[in-house]
Amino acid sequence: MADTVLDDRSAVGPIRRNAHLFRHLAGARIRSDLQYRASLALFTVGTLVITGLDFVAIAVLFVQVPALAGWSLAEVAFLYGTAGVSFGLADMAVGSIEKVSERIRRGTFDILLLRPAGTLLQVVTDEFALRRIGKVLQPAAVLVYAVLRLDLGWSVRTVTLTVVMVVAGAFIAGALWVVTASATFWTVEGREAANAVTYGGSALTQYPLPLYGEVVRSLAFVIPIAFVSYLPSLEVLGKVDPLGVPVALRYASPLIAVASVAVATMTWRFAVRHYRSTGS
Amino acid sequence: MRVWWELARRTFRRYSTYRAATLGGLIPNVMFGYLRAYVLLAVVVQAGAVGGFDGRDVVTYSFATQALIVPIAIFSAGGSSIDLAERIRTGDVVVDLYRPIDFQAYWLAQDLGRAAQGFVTRGLASFVSGFLVFSLVVPTSVSGAAAAAVVLVLAVLVSFGFRYLVALGSFWLLDDRGLTLIGGVLAMFLSGFLVPVTFFPDWLQTVAAASPFPAMVQLPVEVFLGHHGPAGVARVVATQLGWFALLVVAGRRLGASAMRKVVVQGG
Repeated sequence: MADTVLDDRSAVGPIRRNAHLFRHLAGARIRSDLQYRASLALFTVGTLVITGLDFVAIAVLFVQVPALAGWSLAEVAFLYGTAGVSFGLADMAVGSIEKVSERIRRGTFDILLLRPAGTLLQVVTDEFALRRIGKVLQPAAVLVYAVLRLDLGWSVRTVTLTVVMVVAGAFIAGALWVVTASATFWTVEGREAANAVTYGGSALTQYPLPLYGEVVRSLAFVIPIAFVSYLPSLEVLGKVDPLGVPVALRYASPLIAVASVAVATMTWRFAVRHYRSTGS
Repeated sequence: MRVWWELARRTFRRYSTYRAATLGGLIPNVMFGYLRAYVLLAVVVQAGAVGGFDGRDVVTYSFATQALIVPIAIFSAGGSSIDLAERIRTGDVVVDLYRPIDFQAYWLAQDLGRAAQGFVTRGLASFVSGFLVFSLVVPTSVSGAAAAAVVLVLAVLVSFGFRYLVALGSFWLLDDRGLTLIGGVLAMFLSGFLVPVTFFPDWLQTVAAASPFPAMVQLPVEVFLGHHGPAGVARVVATQLGWFALLVVAGRRLGASAMRKVVVQGG
């Protein structure tokens, strides 16, 4: 038998396998989406316009004030853009996991347990939608605007920090999606709560953290969306942090990302095992 | 008269059974109530009162608008709040058309029941949650409370008028998603739900004022906050009634042509 990715029994075998499968399954969805090219284009444009209004709502506030919690519009745009791209990428990759509660309700989740691929992989590729790229494009556009408006001397250091921030942030956001989706295995209200955390978390990252009260701020460290954009942005933009967070934490997002993914995978496995054993 | 009351009452009860959705929906209400309160507060702290809104006003505004989400059905302009579009798509609407009661009033009665249930449960609860941290503004006099109640009901009526029109679009478009989305977005933005209309630049305020949307959110909340004296309240009520009348007439005209179309197609 040919030594294919699927036969790889080494330690990285599962990772290679899953990555391989993800590419194929998602690719199949993308190819099918592209069949309806016009619809895809229309939807993307529509999403762009609608999510564009999201930023307009923020920009409108700056008509009244020159800065919010010491952050100018361009700086807030940077925050919004980087966090937005992170959440957008996560949404594209694993966002379809929101549908899992629907599957459970309909009873079609069980069939996934019978297939040879991991349930998590199946769920995220099942409704993979290229059209969600609108959710990445819009914040990316805002980010471009921010970069142009900001008068930063971009160095290798700041560019690297930004790229790392967005990538790590995407993993943290993705982990958040998986963990909250896992909660839907237990409660019917779980889905609304899950949406509150993911979309609320995303909304939270649009503004600088010091803006919020204590409870919200502490939540942002536990969840841990403060690491998605705010903390690393302090470094890139060279801002003073009124919260007095240790400077080292500004570089912590890659570590937090790894930890988040670990927690997410464990939570998902636990949820599925529990679901199986209750025989629902 | 009895028919409308019964319709509303039964719809109220029907929506009461969706307990999980109500409870679950409360969580994002509270969360966004707090998030937006802090943001608007930051603006006022920085700029001083804006458009007559001080710190307590904007914070109350945030929770009040969250409370209005279900009654005004901000997120589902024409969508899930009125089953009409769905029933047009599936063809079940024919059954409704056969009923010996006024089509538009039939949907209005149901919507009032739905709005009442949502307000009394999710609406009040999400508003009250604001008191955990903030000191919210509430009407302090009987007349103030009465005025607030009146403009709230009118706001639901105006919102229904708009959503009914959007739902009727399904008679032609069959797929209501695009229209619902656009309607919803316009409503969210121009009604002052995302940001108070008084925060808008002047030109945008003019645009909003030319639409029925502020009558659904901005104006009623202003009355609730006590920003209007008797003359001001009268003006708000007149504005709301005016838009409602316009939308009802438009709804009836559009409904009539929809029915002609259905009959002509032999459906």
